[in-house]
Amino acid sequence: MLKLENISLNFDEFSLKKISFTVVGGEYFVILGKSGAGKSLILEIVAGLVKPDKGKIILSGKDITNVAIQKRQVGIVFQDYAIFPHLSVKENICYPLKANKIPKHKREIIVMDLAKKMGISKLLHRKPSTLSGGELQRVALARTLTLNPKCLLLDEPLSSLDVQLRNEMRDVLRKLNKEGLTIIHVTHDYQEAVALAQKVGIIHNGSIIQTGTLKEVFHTPKSKFVANLTGIRNFYKADIVSNKKIFLENKVEISTLPIIGSSKEGFVFFRSEDVVISCDKIDSSLTNSFPGTILNIIPTISGIEIVVDAGIIISSYITEQSVKKLNLTEGKKVWVSFKAVAVRFIGR
Amino acid sequence: MQKQSKFQLVIIFLSGVALLFIIAPMFGLMFSSSLSQLTETVADKEVQNSILLTLTTAFFATLVFSIAGIPLAYILARKEFPGKRLVSGIIDLPVVIPHTAAGIAILGVISRNSVLGKTAGAIGLDLVGNPVGISIAMAFVSVPFLLNAARDGFVSVPVRLEKTALNLGASPLRVFFTISLPLASRNIVSGAIMMFARGMSEFGAVVIVAYHPMITPIMIYERFGAFGLKYAQPVAVIFVSVSLIFFIVLRMITDRKTD
Repeated sequence: MLKLENISLNFDEFSLKKISFTVVGGEYFVILGKSGAGKSLILEIVAGLVKPDKGKIILSGKDITNVAIQKRQVGIVFQDYAIFPHLSVKENICYPLKANKIPKHKREIIVMDLAKKMGISKLLHRKPSTLSGGELQRVALARTLTLNPKCLLLDEPLSSLDVQLRNEMRDVLRKLNKEGLTIIHVTHDYQEAVALAQKVGIIHNGSIIQTGTLKEVFHTPKSKFVANLTGIRNFYKADIVSNKKIFLENKVEISTLPIIGSSKEGFVFFRSEDVVISCDKIDSSLTNSFPGTILNIIPTISGIEIVVDAGIIISSYITEQSVKKLNLTEGKKVWVSFKAVAVRFIGR
Repeated sequence: MQKQSKFQLVIIFLSGVALLFIIAPMFGLMFSSSLSQLTETVADKEVQNSILLTLTTAFFATLVFSIAGIPLAYILARKEFPGKRLVSGIIDLPVVIPHTAAGIAILGVISRNSVLGKTAGAIGLDLVGNPVGISIAMAFVSVPFLLNAARDGFVSVPVRLEKTALNLGASPLRVFFTISLPLASRNIVSGAIMMFARGMSEFGAVVIVAYHPMITPIMIYERFGAFGLKYAQPVAVIFVSVSLIFFIVLRMITDRKTD
């Protein structure tokens, strides 16, 4: 188990503020945040490359805050892989084994084993300058795994790979995690979190603002920032009018399920996939229906995003066929509808 | 288009003048002596000993001060400390002061009355007029080339690689010898070759510390003063040739290694 307790670090223009989270053994924890939020710095602090001003790092019950880098048993793979350019692939993978005085015959077995597992057996005698990004990453991973670290730290491991390599690497990481390896992975891409994480921590401006399971974080984001980061577009400031009515952004009144709790204001969000677009008002079970004008039609990997100004800006994901069928164009008048049950309210 | 080609012509012409400025005197020197004069000079034991002395003293100066200087270069590249700029300035000092003044300064340190001189004297070594003194004088004026090149070499090694090596369980000493030093080696070797070259060609500082035994630059000066240009030229030709051969061979070896 890895536990960070109130880790703080101050620089002139940036600071990490009281970072605390716990990663249980064998868990895949993803730290999600924008560039410059402090994600990589957290990894460097855990690995011992940077010393925190305050706070504690506990690994397997032992305080490692002041333990030397080389004795932490925490492996880190950097975004740029940090492969030693003057050594061959084999020498790179052997490096930690030699540094830890593992006998030569054992070194050979470990290297061959890991090379096979990572699919780099044929590259062992190559120089790093002749390898592709995906190959370099496998080498870096194999090198880090030679010493069986208690915890593996990955800094944006998929960001510079193409789609096919990314899928392959996701499989490799899932497999390693299934074998019991604790992994902390930092990324700016919520889809990586969806694909890999058991638990997610959201970081913003040097603070962890929410941690929890994927479902907890994605379905109950604690702020607009989290909602935006996780890809939820329809997120509004909300004031409660009555038990089943909410006023959004002081502009539009919508219906919801009965609201539990005593909050008078908070945030409302609903998924773009739950919003229906029609050319005319439809008579259906969709209790929320508003006329509006199409502002934007944006192709995305989840379908076509239709952005409608209906007093508030509402986003809907529909298929390309539907766009053609309804003959949707920017500036066209349409109706946006969604069920009351699709609306989630988070009181403040 | 025409403007550009005129501009190019001017560039080529000026480059040619600059190159000619270096090549012409050297070319003139190389053809200044007859073959018989050259063979006679090559056979001259005094010349042979002098060239050998120059090469060995410059070599030992480079070797000893490389071992002592590389850690300083590493500290300058990696650590922040009060007075770092001052230390960097001090390193360049021998390059900017007149070399005869450097010789005087060295003489003050190694003379029989100095602490170093007395210590050496205690083991029967007189540094003044001795190859050790010559090496010290050569090193004093040439060590900035090594230190600056080595520092630049260490700066060019990404800190991340060193930290990765530490993360992989290597001790700081191991990281230095297996990552930092090999990756900075090209710069260090270049600096060492420059230091060797500068040491070999030193006249001003060495002449103050040791007129005898005579290194070749002093021999060339002495022959010029005592017998005239014609006597100095063959020695100069042979010394320049030996230096050139040395550098070409050294460069070839190091280039092959780093490739």
